[in-house]
Amino acid sequence: MLSYGFMQLALAAAVLVGLTAPTVGIYLVQRRLSLVGDGLGHVALLGVAVGLATRTAPVLTALLATVAGALVLELLRSRRSAGTDVALAIMFYGGIAGGVVVVARAPAGTPANLDSYLFGALTTTTRADLVVFAVMALVVLGVTLGLSRSLFTVALDEEYAAASGLPVLRLNLLLAVVTAGTVTLSMRVLGLLLISGLMVLPAGCAQLVARSARASLAIAVLVGVTVAITGTVVSFYADTPSGATIVLVTIAAFALLAGARSLVRASRRWREPARGAPTAQDVDGPVRLGTSALG
Amino acid sequence: MLLTSRPAARSTAPPAARAGAVLELRGAAFGYRRRPVLSGVDLTVQPGEVLAVRGPNGAGKSTLVRGLLGSSEVLAGEVRLFGEPRARFRDWQRVGYVPQRSTVVGSVPVTVRELVSSGRLSRVGPWRRFGEADHCAVDCALEGVGLAGFDRRPVAELSGGQQRRALVARALAGDPELLVLDEPTAGVDAGNQRVLAATLAGLAATGTTVVVVVHEVGPLAPVVTRTVAVGRTAGDEGC
Repeated sequence: MLSYGFMQLALAAAVLVGLTAPTVGIYLVQRRLSLVGDGLGHVALLGVAVGLATRTAPVLTALLATVAGALVLELLRSRRSAGTDVALAIMFYGGIAGGVVVVARAPAGTPANLDSYLFGALTTTTRADLVVFAVMALVVLGVTLGLSRSLFTVALDEEYAAASGLPVLRLNLLLAVVTAGTVTLSMRVLGLLLISGLMVLPAGCAQLVARSARASLAIAVLVGVTVAITGTVVSFYADTPSGATIVLVTIAAFALLAGARSLVRASRRWREPARGAPTAQDVDGPVRLGTSALG
Repeated sequence: MLLTSRPAARSTAPPAARAGAVLELRGAAFGYRRRPVLSGVDLTVQPGEVLAVRGPNGAGKSTLVRGLLGSSEVLAGEVRLFGEPRARFRDWQRVGYVPQRSTVVGSVPVTVRELVSSGRLSRVGPWRRFGEADHCAVDCALEGVGLAGFDRRPVAELSGGQQRRALVARALAGDPELLVLDEPTAGVDAGNQRVLAATLAGLAATGTTVVVVVHEVGPLAPVVTRTVAVGRTAGDEGC
């Protein structure tokens, strides 16, 4: 498989996305905004369509559209107005509908096929694409890993983060831009309709087994990279579309981890029937310790 | 004006205003979306005081606290923190905040240590790594609330009262000069309330100024040096 040049490029692109998307997704999951990636994918379609119609690089126009969409989304959210939900729906569906109409009305000779953007076209990755992807991935990882403490603090408790002087709005806007970048980076690999899968599902896998935020991030990235490679290999031998295959492999990983977790829990209960779940006693025990330490 | 101000039974007179007041409110009104919830608040808090802000539900206690911290609007009057008007105040690391919240459990698991460390960020800054002093501050904060052995436990596994104490530790990790707590004892069992009172007593002994919002002073009475009551209109004349 690796003797084919196009498969080497495809695998490299898949690994970049598998590495990057979960680092963004974990903050989205923490903030209960799991489906934002999906919405931004819809907005990206308008960007792609404009790019195709005007013969500009679709990656660039998609990036501009998603960044604009993400910024609007974050500003609407920060104002907490009642109509936010509907405003987002207008933006998301306007994006996908606008994209379809723009491509349909594009001048003759435009490659009018949106399929490779909707469902991904991993094996068409070129060397030049890969360089662009790598730069985008580096920028995204710089933010999501470099600022992880601040981003987690904001995601966990926005009011507290603001009261402790963190630039909450700026951090949220930065995360929004990085989310937009990840959507654009992933669209050729996974497809705009499937992007959210590789952002959110690895974080979901991490939730099943991790006990800390740091471990969650590590596990999500590990799952992301593993499923990206596995999915690409499977799609090559099974002759299936790569984006959809990667997402299905991720869901299989989730099912495996969920199954393993319940097995471990069941065996623990079986081995220690007397102890079971932590009781009030376990939890309240150290109260005395604290009092005496302070007293 | 529905205000009463009375020293608590074991009151010690507030220290003289040697370093200036920690908090100064003059005719302040607080609210949301330009609608006042609380108006006419006059209040001065001196360094080292442990002030209880007491009042019934819906009286605007939380709005007052959030007004001090910038998450509700100051609609009239003057609010100064450490002598600086709130709008210009930037030294937020001098203020520790414990929001009124029974739980801090999100979708992604977070350990007690990770939660408490997030309170140190205001001192460290977003890009710098934690140094020895920062890890120590987190350890001290955990010890201060009696959660020293719990640092690797996911917050979700703690009881409600312990989660509150973890939130107090988060505020303490930043070594604040002013600690503001919003209903820290609500829905917390007697054991956890005692630990909290002991924590506040320890802080008061080191000269930290404390403003604590409570429904009833109850378990915190031995620690509190002054109580103000909040009605629809609140303030404090006598200090």
